[in-house]
Amino acid sequence: MNSLWSRLEPLLPRVQKPARYIGCEDGAQQPEHGPGKVAWLLAYPDTYEVGLPNQGLQILYEIINERDDAVAERAYLPWTDLIAEMRRVGLPLFSVDNHLAASAFDIVAFNLSSELVYTNVLESLDLAGVPLRSENRDERHPVVGAGGHAVFNPEPMADFIDFFVIGDGEEVVAEITEVVGEWLRIGRPTGSRHEMLRRLACVPGVYVPAMYDVEYDGADLVGVYPRYPEIPEVVEKRTVADLADWPYPRNQLVPMTEVVHDRLNVEVFRGCTRGCRFCQAGMITRPVRERPLDQVRTMVSEGLARTGYDEVALTSLSTADFSGIEDVVGGTIDDPLNCGRVTISLPSLRVDAFTVGLAAKIGSARRTGLTFAPEAGTWRMRQIINKMITEEDLLATVESAYASGWSRMKLYFLTGLPSEMDEDTEGIAELARRVVQIGLEHTRKASVTVSLGGFVPKAHTPFQWFGQNGPEELQRKINLARNVVRGEKRVKIKWHDPHASLAEGITSRGDRRLGAVIERVWRAGGVFQEWSEHFDIRFWQDAMEAEGLSIDWYVTRHREETEVLPWDHIGAGLHRDFLWQDWTDALAGFGVPDCRWTPCYDCGACTEFGIEHIVASPVPPAGGSQGTGQGIPGIDAVPVSIGRPEGGFR
Amino acid sequence: MIRFRVRFDKHGKIRFTSHRDMARIWERAIRRVGLPVAYTEGFTPRPRISFGLALPTGYASDGEYLDIGMDESVVGADGTVSGTGVASETSIDLIQMKEQLSRALPVGMNVQAIEMIEGRPGSLQEEVVICTWRFEIRELGDIEARGAVADVLAADRLMVTRQRKGRETTEDIRPAVLSLAVKGKGDTGVILEADLAAKPRLVRPSELMAFLAPDHELGPVTRTHQWIEQDGAPREPIPGPATPAPRAQRRAS
Ligand code: SF4
Repeated sequence: MNSLWSRLEPLLPRVQKPARYIGCEDGAQQPEHGPGKVAWLLAYPDTYEVGLPNQGLQILYEIINERDDAVAERAYLPWTDLIAEMRRVGLPLFSVDNHLAASAFDIVAFNLSSELVYTNVLESLDLAGVPLRSENRDERHPVVGAGGHAVFNPEPMADFIDFFVIGDGEEVVAEITEVVGEWLRIGRPTGSRHEMLRRLACVPGVYVPAMYDVEYDGADLVGVYPRYPEIPEVVEKRTVADLADWPYPRNQLVPMTEVVHDRLNVEVFRGCTRGCRFCQAGMITRPVRERPLDQVRTMVSEGLARTGYDEVALTSLSTADFSGIEDVVGGTIDDPLNCGRVTISLPSLRVDAFTVGLAAKIGSARRTGLTFAPEAGTWRMRQIINKMITEEDLLATVESAYASGWSRMKLYFLTGLPSEMDEDTEGIAELARRVVQIGLEHTRKASVTVSLGGFVPKAHTPFQWFGQNGPEELQRKINLARNVVRGEKRVKIKWHDPHASLAEGITSRGDRRLGAVIERVWRAGGVFQEWSEHFDIRFWQDAMEAEGLSIDWYVTRHREETEVLPWDHIGAGLHRDFLWQDWTDALAGFGVPDCRWTPCYDCGACTEFGIEHIVASPVPPAGGSQGTGQGIPGIDAVPVSIGRPEGGFR
Repeated sequence: MIRFRVRFDKHGKIRFTSHRDMARIWERAIRRVGLPVAYTEGFTPRPRISFGLALPTGYASDGEYLDIGMDESVVGADGTVSGTGVASETSIDLIQMKEQLSRALPVGMNVQAIEMIEGRPGSLQEEVVICTWRFEIRELGDIEARGAVADVLAADRLMVTRQRKGRETTEDIRPAVLSLAVKGKGDTGVILEADLAAKPRLVRPSELMAFLAPDHELGPVTRTHQWIEQDGAPREPIPGPATPAPRAQRRAS
């Protein structure tokens, strides 16, 4: 295989930020390809700046390169200026490690973290010179795979992807390598591709759409059925039982140019059972698997020494929940080798006093902004989404944050939630105003930024049956909140484009018919749809119309309990009746506690797979009501239902 | 505070990193070696590192510079630095510092020399007055190149228009062209060498293209030398492996 570098190099002086295309990261590998080695290209369908830090991709990159029978390189989608240059001179999509052509790899695997990047996958395949549709590929072409959170509803991308990996990828890449390796060994005879895919479809956690037939009755989906007896009816997700076995990445990539999250990242646990009903990540990654404290410490100290970073992020879906959080934070801050110059970031913090204490410990010097995500503006609404933070707790939290010297609060909210009433939406702005009032008692600089996102229901969540708010309704709600604080300089409201939420909604719960829509959007020029400067809802509206599909039917319609959902043949571990029960509990305003510290309610995530939580601490973290039932008046025993719709308690 | 002046080169793929990228690359390299660099005061202490004249993204260099400040308490009279490394108790001399930094830097960047500098040196950004550049013009023949060079040198004015603070300004860069000559054939075309003034602003080889060969593309560019003025004569801040004898600073004719 020949390096394309000498053809790429003359193009680089013509484009913005050429360092994105050179590779050269610290920790990058120049693997040696050869017969008997399956060559993986791990492709991120977004820019280098966004894709490079992706931990999932980096983990697989290391695991595959440690094998004797495989190599892995990485590719990112070049920005539009370089794409234009590449198309002009006929240069294909390339890996950044050895600068090899993407089509020269045996497997091209995409990481799909959100729906709006789907058209970028088509752009990448086209740039690579690989046929877009699975059915048009033969033995000469790479096998095209995809993984990541978005593939828990794989159907919209089923036309383009040969195999999907559902769930954790650490173990399954070995089994996929073996199946594809065997196919290479027999020399990929003509017509053998289908047979190889059929074998791949028998690997647990692997979904091969071509092995399933879809049946419709008019607009309605009847079912997705395996075409052969050995193909599973439901593809269950893969789950790594113990993170301690996977201390990856060992050599986190250190880029030579600016990227998002440019710091050492150490994953402290995977999964979350707080049970926020809007949160797909929390639902599909259960149960909670903590990394042993000692391993976290080693990964932090060795990682800092190796990379030269002065910042480490302890990552998870709710890092303050990590049993050893105080030990790690204290240990890192006090480590004499770090000379007090290492910053720790804790993304995704709970809203409680404990968190403020923690934040005070780590950000001793830079006390400017602090971010919380109450997600909803009223207690009623927070019960419905199961984000059980009382108003008192919330206000006490910001009070202590202002008292500890912070002046700017950033608050994340969702609007367009199930049963949201105008009072709830206005409650967001009113809450922000109260937060500022509290802040003004401590500092004249007090201010609040509210970030308002339009809620998009996702597969495998209790809200998967909910009809999403249309863009007009979302915009009306955004305006409601804005009106409440009009003219108040200290409260700033930022919002997400409601049309982008619409496009996300079309794909997030779509079925296989969406493939043609995605292809039309791409053909019309709709790439980088997750970038506001390139997003245009008309691409999506036109494509839906051309395909004779109704946006309302896919997005704003409520689903019935009996309706067959396009992802029913994908198993995230959650019993369907648990999800339905949780949905009806939501509408009744019943909350559900965190099963790490209260009895299991059998959602299915552990019971179905014979695994369980790995949590070092048998008691919930101190100082917070959220999801634990603590501190909520009248609730000591933490019953399963902890509230009534009108805010009263029983 | 004691300052160490470092001379390093930048070649190959890594030359596509920007001046900002270089700052981060150096900060990380210094932390990895564990150099006890001094920090600024204030809420967000930054390591005391100062860089020379920015090298345009994509250009290679045989001689770039940066100054690293360290507290007097950690530096011996011979430049030995104590308190380095992960063990917090090792000490290294200038040779070791050079080797360890080179190892901590990406492929394509090497430290060529480190000197301890006395007193309060002027900042590199202000002191460098001339840069020598070697550059290729793609697919240009030797004879055309010689003709173009002669035309440029014979010109009274070389007017360029640039965006400055959002406004278009026109200026004459002829005074900045101190020498210009054809140096032979390269991989992609003809090789030229030029001494271009760095004051009042850095003039780049790309700005000459409109006069030399407007229909051709600029090929690889290398900054081969940077000159400061000392006692009326140009010299390099730290002489490199291929430093020519100091040349007289005069306008080429
Ligand atoms: S199976 Fe039980 S313990 Fe496991 S995540 Fe679900 S509710 Fe929690």
